[in-house]
Amino acid sequence: MPSEPLLVIEKVNLAIRGNPILRDVSLRVTAGEIVALIGPNGAGKSTLARVALGLIRADSGRIWRKPGARVGYMPQRLMVDDTLPLSVWRFTTLGTPTSRARVREALAEVGAAHVLDAPVQGISGGEMQRVLLARALLREPELLVLDEPIQGVDLNGQYELYDLISGLRQRRGCGILMVSHELHLVMATTDHVLCLNRHVCCSGHPDHVARDPAYLALFGLDGARHLAIYHHHHDHQHDLHGAVVESAETETHG
Amino acid sequence: MDDFLLRALLGGFGVALAAGPLGTFIIWRRMAYFGDMLAHSGLLGVALGAILRVNPQLGVVFTCLLVALALVLLQRQRGLATDTLLGILAHATLSLGLVTLAFLETVRVDLVGYLFGDILAITTADLCWIWGGGVLALGVLAGLWRPLLAITVHEELAQVEGVAVFPVRLAFMLLIAVVIAVAMKVVGILLITSLLIIPAAAARRFAHSPEGMAALASLVGGAAVGLGLWASLRWDTPAGPSVVVAASALFALGLAIPTRSRR
Repeated sequence: MPSEPLLVIEKVNLAIRGNPILRDVSLRVTAGEIVALIGPNGAGKSTLARVALGLIRADSGRIWRKPGARVGYMPQRLMVDDTLPLSVWRFTTLGTPTSRARVREALAEVGAAHVLDAPVQGISGGEMQRVLLARALLREPELLVLDEPIQGVDLNGQYELYDLISGLRQRRGCGILMVSHELHLVMATTDHVLCLNRHVCCSGHPDHVARDPAYLALFGLDGARHLAIYHHHHDHQHDLHGAVVESAETETHG
Repeated sequence: MDDFLLRALLGGFGVALAAGPLGTFIIWRRMAYFGDMLAHSGLLGVALGAILRVNPQLGVVFTCLLVALALVLLQRQRGLATDTLLGILAHATLSLGLVTLAFLETVRVDLVGYLFGDILAITTADLCWIWGGGVLALGVLAGLWRPLLAITVHEELAQVEGVAVFPVRLAFMLLIAVVIAVAMKVVGILLITSLLIIPAAAARRFAHSPEGMAALASLVGGAAVGLGLWASLRWDTPAGPSVVVAASALFALGLAIPTRSRR
């Protein structure tokens, strides 16, 4: 790997109450790279992300984060209790005290400047995801860990947010570890895909993974079709059978 | 104004001042029953203080911390929900306190005073405890404000952002214990939670920031103390419960006032 590693996980094992959640899982994230964790429900994706952040201790294995690296985290489904009167502006600065101007700038970067003074309970699910991303960006992160960043976002917003996230890697040069369900988007925008089902089923470049028998076994033709539809949408290539498109040079977003 | 009344007012205001901001956090963190459980264990602390011949307030703070620790340990062994554990601990410690006090034949304790408060019997020494403890608790809370707010919103996100979650949570429990110890004399063990929660709940509809809600809760608490004492003198009703009734009336009144609609 040419660029510097930010996060290295080696042969991590974790069982929760005797139930094995992660078996011999290894991954690495380097600067400027997007690594996506995909897999069925209960595959241990979020757990792995939390292990990477040091929120849960693994039973065995090695977890290394670049010493002193600033980490931004976007947790899954954050709801602020209705009893707490909190504006978006106050919410975003809870982790990083900073000026209103900088918060407005960060919100503008993710396309949510208009909610700056709204109560945090009053914004939509999609706006909340953008606000969370802005809160993570305010930390000037070198490593971003995103747990299902586009859930609750409508379809158009999903593409937008994905473009934004993949743009971040270029603009800010940060490494991104992302948990996702949206196969079609993951396959088109990431550099490295890790297909997880308690152990690593397959991993590598999206094109490579999409052809892996283990991937097809997990996601079936449906998964392959998602990929095809996306390619159709973006590259104007036709595929009538729903099979994996051949010419997939997938670095489409810039 | 009579001296005892002045002391009652000052003591009540001191408790209300500290209870407001702390109560808002208890509401935000959904810890009402935790606070209630700690308060119930207060009587055991009084008994402990009598046995060890130390100030009852110190006994209460110490006991509250022990019980909080017991809860944390009990929560480890899953299988029982926290509200069940809280119910067990609250009534076990209250009963243990009553039984222990019954054993202490040489010690005469004003049981009703501890259970329901005796605000009109506040001494100058009590005032020092209330204001000293109250101001200390507020000072520590002000220092903890941002990290505590961060873990209240999302614990793991706060942890990733560098908040030492466990120490902050522990410090917050200690603050609750201190406020329970100083508020005991005013409204009594069984009614302390109301002074923490009702003013904060009344403040919610009119607050637009966390700090605003905390300040407003202190104000509502102070008003409840004044109103309650006045009513107690006017109609010769028990003072502590009158303060709680006044707080509840203010809460109900707040519900009736229309506010700017929130999005």
